[in-house]
Amino acid sequence: MPNQTPSQTIGPFFHYVMPRGEEGILTTDRTLGQRITLTGRLLDGDGNPISDGFIEIWQADSQGYFNHPTDPNQRKADKSFRGFGRCSTNKDGEFWFKTVKPGPVEWEAGMMQAPHISVRVFARGMLNYTTTRLYFSDEPANDIDPVLNSLPEPERKRTLIATLQRSEDLPCYCFDIHLQGEDETVFFSS
Amino acid sequence: MTTLQPYTSLDRDIHPPYLHESYKATIKRSPQKPLVPLRQTLSDLTGPVYGEDALRPLDNDLSSNAAVNGEPLGERIIVTGRMLDDTGRPVRNALIEIWQANAAGRYAHIIDQHPAPLDPNFLGAGRCLTDSNGEYRFISIKPGAYPWRNHENAWRPAHIHFSVFGSAFLSRLVTQMYFPGDPLLALDPIYNSIPDEKARQRLISNYAHDVTWPDWALGYRFDIVVCGPQQTPFES
Repeated sequence: MPNQTPSQTIGPFFHYVMPRGEEGILTTDRTLGQRITLTGRLLDGDGNPISDGFIEIWQADSQGYFNHPTDPNQRKADKSFRGFGRCSTNKDGEFWFKTVKPGPVEWEAGMMQAPHISVRVFARGMLNYTTTRLYFSDEPANDIDPVLNSLPEPERKRTLIATLQRSEDLPCYCFDIHLQGEDETVFFSS
Repeated sequence: MTTLQPYTSLDRDIHPPYLHESYKATIKRSPQKPLVPLRQTLSDLTGPVYGEDALRPLDNDLSSNAAVNGEPLGERIIVTGRMLDDTGRPVRNALIEIWQANAAGRYAHIIDQHPAPLDPNFLGAGRCLTDSNGEYRFISIKPGAYPWRNHENAWRPAHIHFSVFGSAFLSRLVTQMYFPGDPLLALDPIYNSIPDEKARQRLISNYAHDVTWPDWALGYRFDIVVCGPQQTPFES
């Protein structure tokens, strides 16, 4: 069996991977579901913004389906929604996405997960990426979500919940990512 | 409910740790709390699917895809290899994106202030999809080494950045490919952050004379192995 190729840092010059501009808008006119925006900041161990970070998101469509062959419901998935986005952070460490609120995804037979978005963080100084999840502060299903409610340190649940902001435009959820410190975001291994 | 095929996990003995103090930027950017194990569900066993519409002509030829009034300077190279999962199956239709410095060791990027010349005919960005056998191929220019500020007289060995999408979000990988015989490798904290020597050496491409085109370009082979579906005895 071949062995895995080791990871190396994305470095500071990765902007080349988006030759056709930013890929932070996941929706088109035909995409189904409630439009939302996600914003947040990527912060280092001193709480300073990371201006050369790179955030990727992956999520189900508004019904909870993935347009991917592993999903047994792929044929029901919204063909006008890829589910993947990426955004570099700016000088203030900020990132921004426009997407739809995902539907629930199965955990095991008869049990669903609360709506969530998988989030991956890359940066100079990170030799490998980290993976976390974004949940929604106004989502009642959070109270019974199997991931949120089985964390080894339950008080860190707050680091996974994006806060609905007052907005006259689309619903906007704020999700800061702390790589270290008291508010260190929960990062997962799968 | 359909039973989902589990994926292999990142092998933490192979990948570098988040904190590697001699690479100074890791000190404030490395998570300090243990990773929390997460059950694999459809949320991670799926991922973006790419097709030919992700590509434009010349996307895999960095020696001509940004040419303005001639050819870029430097040693023309061919970089090819296979993308496999760690049970040995080829990963098909996978998007590979690369970026690199020019032959003088300079990135065409606003934040690169290294006083080496830019090349008007070289950008240093490319992409391609693997074929039905998992194979990919780029034409480029051998990148130069360049200085960085990590420590006194620090130089990065010549490298090409690789970003790859496997068959699911779980098989994502970003890494760097190096060149054989580079004396800077032994001094580089990023390369040496990988604890296992054999794993480290897998990031060094091999000179491949069978890939080399007579009178035109030198060939290098670099295979990439990512997480994939675990093998089961029932699989054909």
